[in-house]
Amino acid sequence: MTETDAHYKAPEVAGYADVPHEAKLALFDQVKADLRFGDYLYGCYECGICVAACPSARFYDFSPRRIAQAAARQDVDLVYQQMQEDIWECSQCFSCLRCPRGNNPGGLVTIMREVAVRNGLASAKQALVGYSRIIYKIMSTGTQVSPDMLQRDAFPDWGPETADVPDHLDLWRRALPAETMHTTTTGWSVAERTLVELYFIWLQTGALDMIAEVDSGLHAILQELMEERLEEEGIEL
Amino acid sequence: MPSEVRGPIEVRRRDKPAAPVADRRSLDDPRAELLALESQGELVVQKIDREAVTVLTKYGREKRIQKAHLWHHKSCGQCGHIPGYSTAIFWVMRKLGYDYHDPADQTSCTAWNYYASATSNSAAQAAVAVRNFAAAYESGYFPLIHCGTSYGHYKEVREELIRHSELRAQVRDIMAKLGKPLVLPEEIVHYSEWLHALRGEIAAQQVRDMSGIVATVHPACHYHKIVEGDAIYDPDIYGGQRTAVVTGLAQALGVEVRNYSTWFDCCGFGFRHILVQRDFTRSFATLRKIEVMKEEAHPDVVLTHDTGCVTTLDKSQFAAQAHQRNVGLAVLSDAQFAALALGAHPYRVCQLHWHSADYRPLLEKMGIDWEQAWAEFQSDLRRLESGEKRYLDWDDVGG
Ligand code: SF4
Ligand code: SF4
Repeated sequence: MTETDAHYKAPEVAGYADVPHEAKLALFDQVKADLRFGDYLYGCYECGICVAACPSARFYDFSPRRIAQAAARQDVDLVYQQMQEDIWECSQCFSCLRCPRGNNPGGLVTIMREVAVRNGLASAKQALVGYSRIIYKIMSTGTQVSPDMLQRDAFPDWGPETADVPDHLDLWRRALPAETMHTTTTGWSVAERTLVELYFIWLQTGALDMIAEVDSGLHAILQELMEERLEEEGIEL
Repeated sequence: MPSEVRGPIEVRRRDKPAAPVADRRSLDDPRAELLALESQGELVVQKIDREAVTVLTKYGREKRIQKAHLWHHKSCGQCGHIPGYSTAIFWVMRKLGYDYHDPADQTSCTAWNYYASATSNSAAQAAVAVRNFAAAYESGYFPLIHCGTSYGHYKEVREELIRHSELRAQVRDIMAKLGKPLVLPEEIVHYSEWLHALRGEIAAQQVRDMSGIVATVHPACHYHKIVEGDAIYDPDIYGGQRTAVVTGLAQALGVEVRNYSTWFDCCGFGFRHILVQRDFTRSFATLRKIEVMKEEAHPDVVLTHDTGCVTTLDKSQFAAQAHQRNVGLAVLSDAQFAALALGAHPYRVCQLHWHSADYRPLLEKMGIDWEQAWAEFQSDLRRLESGEKRYLDWDDVGG
């Protein structure tokens, strides 16, 4: 083992599989290739202002300063470790935009997460356990949050008021004065043509393909649904 | 800006030679950049074409807020889980007599999912944004964004499109295949900016006295942190040191807004945390926000202006009660609060039965008999159950 490919954590405590240096380098190259990377990182003063503002740093072993520094130093081992461990702790609040150097550590995390998803990293698979339902909802219906998600077993910690909602759902929705909001399975009623246009975007930009590595079953279901609807509408990919 | 007006510190900094680093935090004048790109044939800019109110941004730029003929870009979190947030926005607009369009040709910005799971990419996110903006453009109504995250994300997308010609080309190509232009509005406007700009008109029609109410304000991260230069600041509100929206409206309605030390902290929403890691969300929302507000400011209500913030601050208090924490504080959006000030019904319009934290003491302080109001709403529901009507409409709710 050379000094450059030393582990930051020994494999037995790391909680993720080690991979050859070249594989880590390839992942970091994908991070750097994102067109936003240059807008998000200008080097780091190591001042810690971002850490002071960061909610996740307060509750987890997580630091936006370390995210910015590892990327600025091109420390591919540490970047890999962060992609396997740290990035899913970030709250994506962007308080770290207070950075006096003009960095965007939260934005770096967004890019690193994208690369983790696209490459099917274990951390991404684990982070998205229990999340498939939500990806299905947003990609197939065009609204992420629907009234029928408010179920007792899904939000037991939200109190009796939330537990009340499913008992009255249809009636309470029909009592809303805005015509678009009488729905129960979507946030509002989305036009059919609008949905097909959304499907076109997911397919055309490779967004749908990103989930193939983390959830192949969900990917197959969504792909079939979207391609069928596009064909019916006569939109060619 | 007149020289005697003392602006926020960033405005004053602008008088000094611009530091290149500070410039990169967000663009000085995205509107000018858009118009320049339009003149080069790169994109189309939807112009403000009705009466508008001029406000100042953090960087001292004049931003115009169109008053009427608005295209409502709804929020899935608001419509889905706290629908009185959305109905209150519509209701206030109707009350002031301004026309609008509530489209079905609109998807979510999909940014909640993006910030939670990263199962998308910059091209897809930009295309989703532009597809919605194109739908507004085709309708002739000017977009007004309900969600703080949609607003912040769309401003982020606008900066990416301005900075990167290859992204513009990719999105232009996708839009062309859908028969739409690459179009962005002259200004990206959040509904809380509209409320702020029209706070004088709202206060002029106020029917409920709010002078006994004490509030704390939680400024939404994705409103004032993402593309910070474009958020509204006012030298007369916090000396221009924090965003003026929400606070400006509350003060115009006679509310006493009190300070608290963790105002800059986020609410704890976390995007993925609120869905799959709620121990973090609950802890942060109660320990760093609600308890601090209660200890330092003793408010009657927390006012905020984003989907995630209302949800998080409201829903996180229940579990903390079991641990005898110092919680129990009503959480309302600025839109719901403005609607109540204008005489809106707490259930028919503001839909407070979808909220969790106890709002009843607040209603009592406003002089609202919530038991009677609830009985009125129950009689509405009986009309629906009996088949007398299938849906309630704006006439039924007094709007
Ligand atoms: S975006 Fe992430 S890294 Fe930045 S302050 Fe928020 S939680 Fe911390
Ligand atoms: S605030 Fe910026 S410069 Fe300071 S430690 Fe964080 S990333 Fe580095």
